Amino acid sequence: MARITASVYTSHVPAIGAALDLGKSHEPYWQPVFQGYEFSKQWMKNNQPDVIFLVYNDHATAFSLDMIPTFAIGTAAEFAIADEGWGPRPVPKVIGHPELASHIAQSVIQQDFDLTIVNKMDVDHGLTVPLSLMCGQKDPARDAWPCPVIPFAVNVVQYPVPSGRRCFNLGQAIAKAVESFDEDLNVHIWGTGGMSHQLQGPRAGLINREFDNAFLDKLIADPAAAAAIPHIDYVREAGSEGIELVMWLIARGAMSDVARGAMKDVAGHAISARARHRFYHVPASNTAVGHLILENSL
Amino acid sequence: MSLDKPYLDVPGTIIFDAEQSRKGYHLNQFCMSLMKAENRERFKAEERSYLDEWPMTEEQKLAVLARDLNRCMRAGGNIYFLAKIGATDGKSFQQMAGSMTGMTEDEYRTMMVAGGRSVEGNRYIGEDGNAQAHHQPQGSAGQKVTA
Repeated sequence: MARITASVYTSHVPAIGAALDLGKSHEPYWQPVFQGYEFSKQWMKNNQPDVIFLVYNDHATAFSLDMIPTFAIGTAAEFAIADEGWGPRPVPKVIGHPELASHIAQSVIQQDFDLTIVNKMDVDHGLTVPLSLMCGQKDPARDAWPCPVIPFAVNVVQYPVPSGRRCFNLGQAIAKAVESFDEDLNVHIWGTGGMSHQLQGPRAGLINREFDNAFLDKLIADPAAAAAIPHIDYVREAGSEGIELVMWLIARGAMSDVARGAMKDVAGHAISARARHRFYHVPASNTAVGHLILENSL
Repeated sequence: MSLDKPYLDVPGTIIFDAEQSRKGYHLNQFCMSLMKAENRERFKAEERSYLDEWPMTEEQKLAVLARDLNRCMRAGGNIYFLAKIGATDGKSFQQMAGSMTGMTEDEYRTMMVAGGRSVEGNRYIGEDGNAQAHHQPQGSAGQKVTA
């Protein structure tokens, strides 16, 4: 049977991709950002998944205002790298996992979450920047990403976006879906976007370290409390684009300590997800960069 | 019953909701067209006639021609769509975001490196933070106005 062994959380700032693509990663401005992912790249090599279920948002790339799906799962065999206006990022195309993706779609819809099934879409920086951060720079022609990726796009562009609680519950449904897939697959689930940032208006550039770090604390130790944060708190405290953090709750909801909340180990301690890495840095362009790796302890 | 909009009292912020989306549909779809290289070339060659191919309001067209992103936002633009205009002009997201504050590019970058804009005084309209209406424009542009 397939199972989720770990979750990864990271910001997906487009300028990080540009810094990598233009060879700026060793500049003093960028060096501290990439330093925070050195552990993670090695961890990826040591814990290579068979499939990554990657939760991100499309930034007016595959979805214009013609169609705005709240939750969209990519079931294609492969996904091209989008031209977001600067030309496509020079990274390998993304290979999908149509069998597992279709299985998850079927199972999650039967658990009452209405997903949009997408058989053709280009993927933007929301999906490729996390891959670059975790897997390192890849040549578009000679290299490949280490494994297939299932893109899962969440609407955080047009209000109302799904609530944190809805996302957290959806993560639990995704975990069940993965566990009912017959093939033995090691699956990672990634939640991306955030942390505090605002890209618009006279309030652009807002950063809130206290909110971000409290969110990281809650996400690790009390994810149900993180899931209870209402939209308006993200907007007011973490900036209009800080709302992207609801996507982290999908990944967190899929961890086994959430489903097995009441379980204790032999010593009577609650069995929780194990934090392997935590990183926070301000700024990358307009944004606070947050990053976390959690492993399932069961 | 009207829709609940708890975000209207956040200063310096326009939330892209159903109303803004309806208002800005053609403006944002024009922006989407700039994802194709040949459209970027056509737009750059003759901006006004390219805009005239879209059923946008005159205010939306003038806001685009002026590259006034705050004005574009008020006219229903969404920042992720408007970013395609900036990309066509070769601008980064930081340059675009900064342009909405009145600060110079350098002033905005310096603010970000120093830890970004504080949330203090910028949670509710009527407080005294630097994103409030009575502190616009920010940076040296604002000091000139005061002087």
